Amino acid sequence: MEDLLPDFLTETLESLEKLDLELVKLERQPDDKAAISSIFRHVHTIKGTCGFLGLSRLEKVAHAAESVLDRHRDGTIPVTPDSITLILRALDCIREITSGISQLGKESEGDDSALIAALIAMADGNASSPADFSNDTGTEFPDVAAVVEPAPVAAPAAVTPAPIAPPAAPVRKADTAPAAELPAQPGTQTIRVNVDVLEGLMTLVSELVLTRNQILQLARTQDNNTFVAPLQRLSLITSDLQEGVMKTRMQPIGNAWNNLPRLVRDLANELGKKIDLVMLGADTELDRQVLELIKDPLTHMVRNSADHGLESPADRRAMGKPEQGRIKLNAFHEGGHIVIEVGDDGRGLPVDRIRNKIIANGLATEAELATMTDQQILAFIFRAGFSTATTVTSVSGRGVGMDVVKTNIERISGTVEVTSESGHGTVFTVKIPLTLAIVSALIVEVKGERYAIPQISVVELVRAQTPGAANGSAEGRQASDTVIEHINDTPVLRLRDHLLPLIDLSDLLKLAEPGQASGVEAGSLYIVVVQVGASRFGLIVDRVFDTEEIVVKPVAPILRHITLFSGNTILGDGSVIMILDPNGIARATGIGTGRAGADARIELAATTQNSEQKMALLLFKAGDSHSKAVPLNLVSRLETVERAAIEYSGGQPVTQYRGKLMPLVSMTGASREDAAGNQPVLVFADGARVMGLMVDEIVDVIEDQLQVELSTDQTGFLGTAVVNGRATDILDTSFWLKRAFKDWFGANPTARATLRQLLVVEDSAFFRSLIIPALSAHGYHVTAVENPLAALAMRAAGQMFDLILSDIEMPEMDGLAFVREVRSQGPWANLPIIALSSSGSPKAIEAGREAGFDNYISKFDKNIMLEAVADALATTRGAATPRRAMSEGVRA
Amino acid sequence: MSATTEHPIAGMAERPVASMFVTMTVRGQLCGIPVLSVRDIIVTQAMTRIPLAPPEIAGSMNLRGRIVTAIDLRRRLNLPPRDGGQAGMSVVVERQGELYSLVVDAVREVIEFEDRQMEPNPPTLAAAWREFSSGIYRLQSELLVVLNTERVLAIH
Repeated sequence: MEDLLPDFLTETLESLEKLDLELVKLERQPDDKAAISSIFRHVHTIKGTCGFLGLSRLEKVAHAAESVLDRHRDGTIPVTPDSITLILRALDCIREITSGISQLGKESEGDDSALIAALIAMADGNASSPADFSNDTGTEFPDVAAVVEPAPVAAPAAVTPAPIAPPAAPVRKADTAPAAELPAQPGTQTIRVNVDVLEGLMTLVSELVLTRNQILQLARTQDNNTFVAPLQRLSLITSDLQEGVMKTRMQPIGNAWNNLPRLVRDLANELGKKIDLVMLGADTELDRQVLELIKDPLTHMVRNSADHGLESPADRRAMGKPEQGRIKLNAFHEGGHIVIEVGDDGRGLPVDRIRNKIIANGLATEAELATMTDQQILAFIFRAGFSTATTVTSVSGRGVGMDVVKTNIERISGTVEVTSESGHGTVFTVKIPLTLAIVSALIVEVKGERYAIPQISVVELVRAQTPGAANGSAEGRQASDTVIEHINDTPVLRLRDHLLPLIDLSDLLKLAEPGQASGVEAGSLYIVVVQVGASRFGLIVDRVFDTEEIVVKPVAPILRHITLFSGNTILGDGSVIMILDPNGIARATGIGTGRAGADARIELAATTQNSEQKMALLLFKAGDSHSKAVPLNLVSRLETVERAAIEYSGGQPVTQYRGKLMPLVSMTGASREDAAGNQPVLVFADGARVMGLMVDEIVDVIEDQLQVELSTDQTGFLGTAVVNGRATDILDTSFWLKRAFKDWFGANPTARATLRQLLVVEDSAFFRSLIIPALSAHGYHVTAVENPLAALAMRAAGQMFDLILSDIEMPEMDGLAFVREVRSQGPWANLPIIALSSSGSPKAIEAGREAGFDNYISKFDKNIMLEAVADALATTRGAATPRRAMSEGVRA
Repeated sequence: MSATTEHPIAGMAERPVASMFVTMTVRGQLCGIPVLSVRDIIVTQAMTRIPLAPPEIAGSMNLRGRIVTAIDLRRRLNLPPRDGGQAGMSVVVERQGELYSLVVDAVREVIEFEDRQMEPNPPTLAAAWREFSSGIYRLQSELLVVLNTERVLAIH
């Protein structure tokens, strides 16, 4: 008898699942004779088998249910929601008893008399409300509260059956559950296969793939021709075999959805709402293992939609929506992933309530939230302990759900996101890779060790230079190279209008030997741009090899806590390497969590076409809510200083900064009394001098064209410009620098004689304000004029300089004409003359050289400018020397 | 094959009358593991470093297509590292389907003992050894510490 039990249990559980679906369908179409017959047949079969196997308790319940169905079948009793509910209750009872059998090997004790009596009463035509009675085994009927917590994800090949809580869909006993079945069509044959057998096959095929890779690797290095043909054949066959075996693991996602119609129906009744469940793409296939793991998360999301998302019929009517709320499930394949959308047309996620909850829970400050998009705020619902449900219903709202959902999905290398529109609905989008076992991975090298990055996450590869290499020799750097820049010591990459946060893998993995300098070294590096959910970031690596198919092997249990790795693998050459998990890396570094630090959140807005005149500007607030800006170029660092650390020396606030005392200048003039919290500071530095400008708030960094409309009203500001669509005051840095150090510009009269005298010809006040402080701080004495005519007047007056810097685009006389004039005659003819320009096309450079400029540099980069000036002065100190050849120091 | 996976690791209750042990040395101290628990003994070869792993984990190796996590026994016992960067020998054991190797200084012979000869840990046994020892056997000129592999592998 024991041999027959397992088969019976499996079949019964399958039938019960089918019955759930069919009964819910029948409820909508009560006159469907065929459906009633089919349901009757199933229950009849169960009853018969129970009798045969001597399972009397089951037989009695099944018999009672069968009686009701019989009445339906011959039409004496109409199908009503009450009768359906009662039959469903009977099925639950059967399910429960069945699970008891699978655990104990025999029927558990229990009294079903109440249920049976109700069924018989209904069959006799004395239908009583099946509303409240419970099975006396002590467990209550659909007690939904019991299933709020998604069960911890059970390993699919578990030998011990997972405990079953009614009325959750029963977890199949892994060793008796069937594998993928072909869709039932007349004529197709299916076979039940033990899951263990399939797992074994899968493992063998994986090993075969690895060995094949190994042989291919060896073959590449040898020139042995005789092996090539059979080897290629072997390789093809292996690939086909791999595909075939993978297919056996694929099951339609509809299998995971089977329990949902029943669930939604019960929920709708319990909550008093009308819910329509639409399931699209039920035949989309995915790996069996993955299917098991997403069942619970999907159920949870559907519950949430029903409970919190959808409004009551009355509310919906009032809003002009159809009374029937809709929950839609949509599954489809997309680029190596399966995408599952769970959406509803309900009231949408309450962004404001979420915002308040975030602040209440201390997860972010108001200031940080103000800089976030709605999308980023919504992402907070995936954090642990988060629930904005004002009432915790028995269905959901215990704040335990969404973070578990996210963790479970991420465990299978998937992602989950949410979008929502107030009043219109919410959609959760889950993306899961199609297969876990064999993946394509990019092999990279960091500090001599190799690692694998799943190809699916890789967006592109970029070769970049470090600033060390860039500044070293202007000739060595090509115009096409992208440069790694630093903002507040964080490396970032400017990539096509976006600033990409970079992560130094050698830092993250702590690979540097003690004593070796960590961090980005000078030279060429490779950046692997990866995408996790909606976030993109770059991983800095030393070398990139190629993409290989690897078999993912989970790490040993004692290493599972290292979330940066998703597994390890053996490469074709036999070496073991770790597989990096971009999800884990994002989490570890806080990318994509919307967590803003005290430093500016880095985001570049897409800007106008004329990229030659765009500048990076730092937006901040000080004193009032009016937007203020300063060119990022001029700012050395963005810092946050603890107010408690601000001391006073001679009445001026100072703070200890990197081993020195840094004077602080307040923009508002008022001293801040409160000594608590943090003070954002813009640090300006030139050589040995450092000063900090205290501001209220660092807002953003953007790139925009700058057209300063001058106004002489405000001290400390050059004027106003439209930045990012808003009127913004542009900081006059020289003014503030002088506030810190009166002699910032080195106006030491006795030293003047030895100071180099520079002449700057530049029509834009703004650029003059950039250039002059930079030059002065380096000990040059700078005279600036607005146009060349004024400069020529000085020449006529006998003034002499050591070097001239001139703009090109100027209204009355342009730089080319000016330099031609200067070179043609007069005392300045042999001076070093450098062109400052915003455009660096080779034609322009050529034209400049022709006209007589010694050098042609960008006005945007003060470092390059200082270097060029120093260079030019060094070569002409003392004797006159032939003019230096021009070098291309302009940034494209 | 199944018989060996069921075989208790040394230190657990059930023991046959006589046991055979693979003996190895760690910083001069002789220790042993039941021979039936040992899957392989290999010369420690190319090991892949595992970043961010606990310090006792020396790395991972490839053993005929299976990944073996190596545990440096010296580090596990808080002993100084081997001289001259010697690779040592790896004794491979299996635990819950995963392969681990204990990296030791040298592997000696297989010795058979009668169970009744095993003695409890003497008070003079160093603290680090005591934690991982199920007992000792007295040889002519030295003591053999019976390693409790389960505890050795329980790294947190």
